[in-house]
Amino acid sequence: MARSLKKGPFVDEKLMKRIKALSSQKEKRQVIKTWSRRSTVIPEMVTLTIAVHNGKRFIPVFITEDMVGHKLGEFSPTRTFKGHTSRTARTIRMKK
Amino acid sequence: MARIVGVTLPSEKRIEVGLTYIYGIGRSKANKILEEAKIDKDKKVKTLSENEINKIRQIIEKKEKIEGDLRKDVTFNIKRLIDIGSYRGLRHRRKLPARGQRTKTNARTRKGPRGHSIKRLKAK
Repeated sequence: MARSLKKGPFVDEKLMKRIKALSSQKEKRQVIKTWSRRSTVIPEMVTLTIAVHNGKRFIPVFITEDMVGHKLGEFSPTRTFKGHTSRTARTIRMKK
Repeated sequence: MARIVGVTLPSEKRIEVGLTYIYGIGRSKANKILEEAKIDKDKKVKTLSENEINKIRQIIEKKEKIEGDLRKDVTFNIKRLIDIGSYRGLRHRRKLPARGQRTKTNARTRKGPRGHSIKRLKAK
């Protein structure tokens, strides 16, 4: 179910504070590290780079306007699946 | 034979059902349109007068987003998800279910026929 409009988009307070601090400055090059994958991307974050934790590393995400409304976690994949070994490769290995 | 926005409606069916042959119109939208046009929804398509068809045509052209435009919209939305590098976009890129369904089994609609998967992953 969608979140009530009354509450507005959810952003972790810690993250919010850092974003406000950054946007009041002119310098925007700094990367914000965060674990808060559950935070919504809000318009204030556009053009910032946010490093979102994926459980192991921080993935730097450059926020563009299209991303507004999505959660930060959507841009930092938590799984690494490279695919199964292909059938042909396996049969070659077996023959050797 | 009734043609509305480039789609030929089946003449033997009730108009309520016939309208659903248009992409972007299902049963509830069909009912809404017919209500506005004040046409009996149980009427067969072949018995509709030219006037009534024109009326339906007008309402659809004015209010609804259908066929090509709607398809374009959908592909554009998917493209957006892919371009921003979101998880859902990633799933679309790999032609896997995007809404958290299981893929250990099933998911055949997205994956295609069994044993077909190796090619699919390589292509991306």
